[in-house]
Amino acid sequence: MTDHPSDPILSVENLSIHYRGTPRPAVRNVSFTLGRERLGIVGESGSGKSTVGRALLRLLPTAEITADRMSFKGIDLLRASEKDMLHVRGAQMSMILQDPKFSLNPIQRCGDQITEAYLTHNKCPKREARARTLDMLEAVQIRDPERVYGLYPHEVSGGMGQRIMIAMMLLTNPSLVIADEPTSALDVTVRLQVLGILDALVRDKGIGLIMISHDLNLVRNFCDRVLIMYAGQVVESLKASELDNAQHPYSRGLLAAQPRIGGGRGTLPVLQRRPEWSEPVEASS
Amino acid sequence: MAYLGRRRLGAIAGQGGTILVTLFGLLILTFVIGRVMPVDPVRAMVGEDATREVYEHVYQQLGFDRPMWQQFLYYLKDVATFNFGTSIRTGKPVLEDILYVLPATIELATFAILIGATLGVSMGVLAAVNKDRWPDHVVRVLSLAGHSMPIFWTGMIALLIFYAHFGWVGGSGRMDQFYIGLVPEQTGFLLIDSAMAGEWEIFRSAVNHIILPAALLGYSSSAYITRMTRSFMLDQINQEYITTARVKGLSNRQTIWRHAFGNIRVQLVTIVALAYGALLEGAVLIETVFAWPGFGQYLTSNLLIGDMNAVMTCVLIVGVIFITLNLLSDLLYRVFDPRTR
Repeated sequence: MTDHPSDPILSVENLSIHYRGTPRPAVRNVSFTLGRERLGIVGESGSGKSTVGRALLRLLPTAEITADRMSFKGIDLLRASEKDMLHVRGAQMSMILQDPKFSLNPIQRCGDQITEAYLTHNKCPKREARARTLDMLEAVQIRDPERVYGLYPHEVSGGMGQRIMIAMMLLTNPSLVIADEPTSALDVTVRLQVLGILDALVRDKGIGLIMISHDLNLVRNFCDRVLIMYAGQVVESLKASELDNAQHPYSRGLLAAQPRIGGGRGTLPVLQRRPEWSEPVEASS
Repeated sequence: MAYLGRRRLGAIAGQGGTILVTLFGLLILTFVIGRVMPVDPVRAMVGEDATREVYEHVYQQLGFDRPMWQQFLYYLKDVATFNFGTSIRTGKPVLEDILYVLPATIELATFAILIGATLGVSMGVLAAVNKDRWPDHVVRVLSLAGHSMPIFWTGMIALLIFYAHFGWVGGSGRMDQFYIGLVPEQTGFLLIDSAMAGEWEIFRSAVNHIILPAALLGYSSSAYITRMTRSFMLDQINQEYITTARVKGLSNRQTIWRHAFGNIRVQLVTIVALAYGALLEGAVLIETVFAWPGFGQYLTSNLLIGDMNAVMTCVLIVGVIFITLNLLSDLLYRVFDPRTR
């Protein structure tokens, strides 16, 4: 790869997503570009952040997706055929889902599920794919890969399951990984560990990352840039290090509603949701 | 590992216990059926014109003068030694009759369930994958039709079309008339017996005869299997692990068959086993239309004339069939779903 880190691998302009049979679009006029960096998308439940992630992979059969531009490494994601998408999904762009309890197939061995991701895009003997899987399991800091390979999803813990998920999605060396709330189903104690593993691998392999989350601190620590979404729109876009200087009243509300360790025990301010913020905004900002 | 082994042994022992209790309950049930039916077994045996002495004699011989619990113990002993008494209608030992009719039904039911399950599962998957589009509607109409058309009617229409008009298949009975008695009976399964004897003409005739009734039974039992498969499949398609499979880059088809299907297999086993059980119970109507000398006909005609020895034995057999199928589907569960191991 000769890509410069700042060359955009993904650029999205005025993306709108409308689920068929619903009165209004779930996502309106979202624009952003992404290089080999880590972008956080934060917002409350229903703000459309997960929908954006799934639209990029074209996993929304019941939605109408429109955009002025949605291109990924020269591929027009809007016009790519389903057959083309099969070569994008898993090979060049993948997604880490929220809860390994549901996102792993309950009746297949964990190792086989990871191997399948590799074999889908690479022709090679099963033995070789298995060896790669074992290496990858080691890379996500699983101590006894041989044993874990043969376990079923119900036999592994949440943290281990999510590391298996990470292994599955990074094994093919994609250019972009979307992590859809990757740690919100995990115990607080293993969250940082799992995030650390993901972060190290993404940096190491130079993979672009979109981190979808509702956790401001997580995004502040693990991302370079942050989009703040509300009611299907990006209300603010800024550097993660400047998160505290957010201008939009909704962003300020989110920040103010956070409890602080060592802070007072007074009542936290209630998050305001003004109707005018849901009105369409000019895409100029 | 030792712990796992013990747990598995415990599970097997528990299952064995359940089966024994169920069997015992079943035996009580058949025994009670034999006593409460408004048929006097002694009268049925000695005839209407027998003298009082003869009647009393047989009454005592059959042990009806003893207390109930003793009668039940005698019944248990009879069942344990496969002594099911004599059928009044045929004059032969019930066991002999059953060994003649049951293979005919098993053959038909097995063919039918193979057709029904294949048809039902594939139509159900097709409908689920194309939910609310035209294949779904077509499948729904087809399965509704299979469910609601009376089978004796479809049976007659199908005979008229495929046998009388086109001559593609054999008519009634298990084989053409002139082959009857030519195959040495070993297992009672005509297809197996004729193949073993190398009588391929008879084998072909038997296949020709079984295909139409089996297809009709299969179609009618596929209606339920289709509907259940469709709803099981729809449940699975909305699961997150399906999204994972799509994210990996698997095509729709691969996602369905490699991932979703494995997860509905467990549920399918149960309903297919139930449908198979219902077919083994005998399909009286189809057996009548096709003059198939099967279990359903045997049970029904004996029930109608109150041939209690035969009826009790038939009920017992139906019970044992269901217990066996349940056991089998439990075993298959364990094969298909690692979480139940």
